Amino acid sequence: MDLFNNLIFGFSVALSLQNLLYCLIGVTVGTLIGVLPGIGPLGTIAILMPITYGVPPVGALIMLAGIYYGAMYGGSTTSILVNLPGETASVVTCIDGYQMARQGRAGPALAIAALGSFFAGTVCTLIIALFGPPLAEVALKFGAPEYFSLMLMGLVAAAVLAGDNITKALAMVVMGLLLGIIGTDVNSGMARYSFGIPELTDGIGFIVIAVGVFAIGEIVLNLGDPEERAVFTNKVTGLMPTKKDLKDSFWPIVRGTGIGAFLGVLPGTGPAIASFSSYMVEKKLAKDPSRFGKGAIEGVAGPESANNADAQCKFIPTLTLGIPASAVMALMLGALTIQGIAPGPQVMTQKPDLFWGLVASMWIGNAMLVILNLPLIGLWVMLLKVPYRLLFPAIMAFSCIGIYSVNNSPFELYLTALFGIIGLAWAKLDMPPAPMLLGFVLGPLMEENLRRALLISRGDPTVFFTRPISLGFMIATVLILVIMVLPAVKARRAEITDAAPT
Amino acid sequence: MKLTLSNNKDIWSGLMLIVIGAAAILVARNYPFGTALRMGPGFFPVVLGGLLIVFGLTILAIGLRQGESMAGSWSLRALIILPLSLVLFGLLMEYAGFVPAMLVLIFGSATASTEFRFVEVLLFSIGLTALSVAVFVWALGLPYPLIVGLD
Repeated sequence: MDLFNNLIFGFSVALSLQNLLYCLIGVTVGTLIGVLPGIGPLGTIAILMPITYGVPPVGALIMLAGIYYGAMYGGSTTSILVNLPGETASVVTCIDGYQMARQGRAGPALAIAALGSFFAGTVCTLIIALFGPPLAEVALKFGAPEYFSLMLMGLVAAAVLAGDNITKALAMVVMGLLLGIIGTDVNSGMARYSFGIPELTDGIGFIVIAVGVFAIGEIVLNLGDPEERAVFTNKVTGLMPTKKDLKDSFWPIVRGTGIGAFLGVLPGTGPAIASFSSYMVEKKLAKDPSRFGKGAIEGVAGPESANNADAQCKFIPTLTLGIPASAVMALMLGALTIQGIAPGPQVMTQKPDLFWGLVASMWIGNAMLVILNLPLIGLWVMLLKVPYRLLFPAIMAFSCIGIYSVNNSPFELYLTALFGIIGLAWAKLDMPPAPMLLGFVLGPLMEENLRRALLISRGDPTVFFTRPISLGFMIATVLILVIMVLPAVKARRAEITDAAPT
Repeated sequence: MKLTLSNNKDIWSGLMLIVIGAAAILVARNYPFGTALRMGPGFFPVVLGGLLIVFGLTILAIGLRQGESMAGSWSLRALIILPLSLVLFGLLMEYAGFVPAMLVLIFGSATASTEFRFVEVLLFSIGLTALSVAVFVWALGLPYPLIVGLD
């Protein structure tokens, strides 16, 4: 049987002493750097990429993948413990994970995140092996209109989730799309919104905006209102999740894995959409949705599984089509190219050791993460005990190193400073930054697919509604808006009628 | 808190969106707009700028009717010190080296806190700088000179 042979072959590659070692190094170092607040997987991989240059291609990819999972898990840890998302996907984890930490349940939150990720990792390894090639064919059938509608759906869903004020969230999505335009237009070669600054022709780095708005802006906000800032003094009791936690988390983990795996195959959707979607589904399915945002374990279990499943399945389009499905995957493809391998459909047939070895190492890497992290949770929890007056300069230090290492130029730091100030203003104005970040990442892709879709249809905008898959996404977009707006409308009306008699 | 024009966050949000949207369209006038069939580089920015203005007007209208006031205080101290430390770090990395840049960054940004303690922060800066040198420069091999001119 093909699948069997392929997996055995993959494990024979991944289980070589050398590759096991690369995997272990990757996972360990990735977690270590990823756990530092303000540095997400993208920053971590960017910082650590140089150490893989001397490693053979299979080992290098295995190590980078390990760094990726490690950094993802490290990022979730930071989100839960200090409410600082390293990247968009962890924004969701912050919502309930941090609340759990505040209630002294950081241990269970971290353990569920690890177990959920491991479950998702196991399932996705199988999915890639089983359905990798056929699934890639489905995604191949997507044309530009489908991609555009899909991204629109993702952005609207993210905006709707971001807070009570949907108008502001949608406005922030558009803001992000605009920020994403800055730089050289791939089609015309024209530099847009670069204002004659040469560094801006490459666009603004994701890390710059993420660190500026989420880390720096947040720190300024915390320092301005000391009474509102993160409380780290809660006692952490019981590191392991209770039976009830496990029972509550089981289905969210399964559903999260499914959502993440499905969305992961589609290029262009980031882990953020997967975790946002999973969070939305769990909130909708919950008997008591009001617990969400106040430390519901489902709000950690689902999204964490979803973003890990998504992260892993992102390798399908990346390896089979040669299309970077996310910013991180763009780095992975960069690493492949540095190793002298041209990314594309031929990788699977010409370099089966690389493809299947990587697939097998994903499971091994995820297993290592659980083994490594469950005993080390105590260490991460110790982070809680560092006083904020020392923690924030440390965050500043690691963020700065990460940002500087992207281009080895001080320009990114000036931009980060600017976005710190902007981030504070947004926070004061109640403009949610998470949808902005998502818009920013998807901006160039959306424009590209809009352009292509209109080219295919000869300028006819109805193309998004006449193609069945695209129409499906469009209907879903409208439904999401309607469903989520309705209760808010009702609540607002209730408020007004309640207030009216007095 | 009393709601006034100057602390109404919806009015300010609306105005901010309108200004950014208008600026985006103004700048994008210089980019070829193209047609629906062949979108030029100006097409997407103008559409987005227009959307921002629409959202801005909506939020402004809400603000004028029943906006919410801004909560909390602005920490001017942190707002000045933190961005400044970032800029200083960038300059020092370029002209002075990793060690002075880290020391100034950590010590400098720590002064943004009202709980700043001189001796504690000094020791912390030195310790964290040493750790960063060990991890990032020696172990990971980031190519930064420790002190410019010394090596």
